[in-house]
Amino acid sequence: MSENKQPKVGVFVCHCGVNIGSVVNVPEVVKYAKSLPNVAYAEGNLYTCSSEGLSKIKEAIKKYDLTQVVVASCTPRTHEPLFRGACEEAGLNKYLFHMANIREHCSWVHAKEPAEATEKAKEIVRMAVAKAALLEPQTEPEIEVQPSTLVIGGGISGMSAAVSLAHQGFSVHLVEKKKTLGGKLNELCKLYPTDMQSSEIVEEFVQAVKSNPSITLHTLSTVKNVEGFIGNFKVTLDQEGKDEALDVGTIIVATGAEVFEPSSMYCYGECKNVVTQFELERLMKEGKLKNPKNVVMIQCVGAREGKEGGRNYCSRICCATAVKNALEIKKLYPDAEVSILYRDMQTYGKDFEDCYQKARESFVQFIRFDAEDPPEVAVESNGKCTVRVRDILVNDNLELDADLVVLSTPLVQTEDAKELSKMLKVPIGADGFFFEAHVKLRPVDFATDGIFVCGTAHSPKTIPESIAQAYAAASRAGIPMALKRVRTEAITSVVDEVLCTGCGTCVKLCPYNAIQKDERGVARVNDVLCKGCGVCAASCPEKAITMRHFSDKQVLAEATAALGGD
Amino acid sequence: MSNSVLIIGGGIAGIQASLDLANRGTKVYLVEKTPSIGGRMAQLDKTFPTLDCSICILAPKMIECFRHPNITMLTYSEVKEVRGDKGDFKVKVLQKPRYVTADKCTGCGTCMEKCPVKAPNEFDMGLGNRKAIYMPFKQAVPLVATIDPSTCLYFTKGVCKVCQKICPSAAIDYEQKPKEKVLNVSSIILATGFDAFDTSAMKEYGYGRFKNVITSMEFERLICASGPTDGHLLRPSDGKGPKSLVFVQCVGSRSQRGELPYCSSVCCVYATKESILAKDHMPDTEVYIMYMDMRAVGKGFQEFVDRAKSQYSVNYIKAHPGGIAEDPKTRSLQIYYEDIKAGCNMKKLDADMVVLCPALIPKLDNKKIAEATGVELDEYGFFKSKNQLTAPVDTNVAGIYICGYCQSPKDIPESVAQASGAAARAAETIACLSKETKR
Repeated sequence: MSENKQPKVGVFVCHCGVNIGSVVNVPEVVKYAKSLPNVAYAEGNLYTCSSEGLSKIKEAIKKYDLTQVVVASCTPRTHEPLFRGACEEAGLNKYLFHMANIREHCSWVHAKEPAEATEKAKEIVRMAVAKAALLEPQTEPEIEVQPSTLVIGGGISGMSAAVSLAHQGFSVHLVEKKKTLGGKLNELCKLYPTDMQSSEIVEEFVQAVKSNPSITLHTLSTVKNVEGFIGNFKVTLDQEGKDEALDVGTIIVATGAEVFEPSSMYCYGECKNVVTQFELERLMKEGKLKNPKNVVMIQCVGAREGKEGGRNYCSRICCATAVKNALEIKKLYPDAEVSILYRDMQTYGKDFEDCYQKARESFVQFIRFDAEDPPEVAVESNGKCTVRVRDILVNDNLELDADLVVLSTPLVQTEDAKELSKMLKVPIGADGFFFEAHVKLRPVDFATDGIFVCGTAHSPKTIPESIAQAYAAASRAGIPMALKRVRTEAITSVVDEVLCTGCGTCVKLCPYNAIQKDERGVARVNDVLCKGCGVCAASCPEKAITMRHFSDKQVLAEATAALGGD
Repeated sequence: MSNSVLIIGGGIAGIQASLDLANRGTKVYLVEKTPSIGGRMAQLDKTFPTLDCSICILAPKMIECFRHPNITMLTYSEVKEVRGDKGDFKVKVLQKPRYVTADKCTGCGTCMEKCPVKAPNEFDMGLGNRKAIYMPFKQAVPLVATIDPSTCLYFTKGVCKVCQKICPSAAIDYEQKPKEKVLNVSSIILATGFDAFDTSAMKEYGYGRFKNVITSMEFERLICASGPTDGHLLRPSDGKGPKSLVFVQCVGSRSQRGELPYCSSVCCVYATKESILAKDHMPDTEVYIMYMDMRAVGKGFQEFVDRAKSQYSVNYIKAHPGGIAEDPKTRSLQIYYEDIKAGCNMKKLDADMVVLCPALIPKLDNKKIAEATGVELDEYGFFKSKNQLTAPVDTNVAGIYICGYCQSPKDIPESVAQASGAAARAAETIACLSKETKR
């Protein structure tokens, strides 16, 4: 398309069934659109997004030699890709498409004022046409993606992700800060609902990792620095003080979680007979749990309440773990009394609820207390403990002897997560865990392309849930690597080199580290890193930075049209 | 050897698995039994804990499936037979006749306007009506009409044919026959989703007898702007807004007396969400949730429950009601329960409306699929993982993977993650087999 060609904008106004059509007078809007400058064609559609509507757009582009297209309908969030696709199929660059929202912004909110809504719809269309006439084609830069992944963390999640990616045909660098793989699983005993020992599982996965030639294992290593972007990350590992450089296409965060330390809660730390559930696992694994007579487990210690440095969230796995350990103790020492003091029994799903019922049948005592009236632990000089609790089911105060008090504490984020989050420029949520791109539909993606999360680094979860999520991360990371190249955002910033004084304001402000000064001292934008947020363009004192697809000229034209001007 | 993958079930899990595979260049067949993909998530009003509009976040994914050059959607279709092994399955799929030519139908809806026959709308849980020729919902994908021959006048009485006369695209074809297709695929992913336990089986709660006792899925449709009441929560008996609303948890689930013993995993938090929605619509309505254990175990869920208590004044009562009675005059309800927190005293709560949260159960059809594929089912009819701990998305049959609620109770993010996980396993299968072939 030549630069000086007169714009010929096509406008398609959608009825959206009754959604728009029953409020906004669509034929009137179409008529109005035809009267606007630069509009070469306009029509109304019952559903512009139907296959019929889309073919009408394509026909009109060809028939009227349209240079830009406006669809006045619903939200670009759901429908822009569809209309852009139609434009592309008719040979029009997809950035020459513009959407005007006359449903969410108009008919839905002004359902009771049809006349005014019609006027507003006209104004929205006028603004869209004013901007559209100035739209220019854009190209999305394409970059190569290296077929290799850095998996950070050698626990069950990291190992699962690594093995899956290796099977998919990619090379994997698996980084573990400790000497051995397996993470927290190395310290657990038997794992329900199967009869497997934790060590058996670790063995199975370690074997799969070590026998796979596509996986390079880096133990005793941490990630020191990460630069670059999807497809081309430059990673520096620190292996016992020695730097090692890696080039990878994608990164998976599988750093796991820590166990909350209940310092000074329920006499923890004062008395050796008060342990965490996690420590009990280790005692059982090492066969050091000898003939307990009375075991009292307390749930939600530092979880589901923010008091005393605790966490607000439910740690998901503690109730099932307590039930499992109670059953195991009963199996080993049938005469032992085991009580579980709980607020709500979180044995969700199929298998845990079953274990819970078995535990009740095995005479494990379940005592329900209220969060506002938590149990108290008193320690005698001989190390014996007494637990006082108000049982809300029988409405009575109980006093339980205990030679072992077990505190179920939540999983919490690891200490080094914050540093890693800064290095990778990925967020951490209010609960301290890594924060995914979308809670519902993008559970393992980060908003930053090419970086993914799985396992307990994301939130507390069980082993099978961690494995499934690790495979998910492996699937997501596998997509750009299988395609070998990705397209990145075309809406990026451009520096006018003549106007740029090299003040460096944009370099400092860019949240994506996408701007550097070149050897002449002029700001240069890395198109791949730039997300098009516009911070640089807004802050440049010389107005030397323009946003592609959102140029000052385009935005001003839209604003002028909004105010009724031409 | 084949390089394609078959996905059975077009809900959010099936959609996610399809898109993950298609986006990496794998050819996918997505088979869905009903006329549209979207599944249960399409029926929900909002989703927890973000309160995103469910269809608004799902619709783009549905459309992406429809437009994707690597995805062949076979809606209104069922898998009849599976032969062969990993890498080379031959699958017979039966496509039921819509009596509408899909390529010609533009989804304009003229036929639905003119069709004289009304039938209960399944998508709205029977609360509203659809026509004998219908599209299940406004955002259906594909947006193609389907004739329901069990209610259509032409099929039942040989008369009418209005839709044929009126269709501007000449898309109506009463002579359409079932079509059989044989697909050759490398792996199969099962994502058949769930159904709800029939709450009328628990007679003490009066569902089916008491008009103002509804199920949670009915609540979703009533509170949804695109639902049968345009988003107004109204009592079925008199069309009035309820002044008090009670949610009852564990209806048929966690039962020790013959219903379902397991926990459905999502009800505590969706009831919390529905309570918040009710409060948003009607701030003066008192809302109660009666629960056994508040299971808000997912990311951000406990915080969501805390918000419902503090910001929306939703009342949580630890109780499992023994029964519900109805005042025959006002059609209002009395809920009898033991208040656990108050020392298990018998109490009575009056409510204008009750929402039952039923156990969620595997699809009955899983049995047929299990027979066709050889995949084992557990005692409830969920597909069994190869190993509950270490191989959650694998099954006893190599090359067949499972994801979503059909494997075990789970919420949307877990289903999405597991779906991507199943896609990864299917991708591994293709990569490993093609490597072997090259050798």
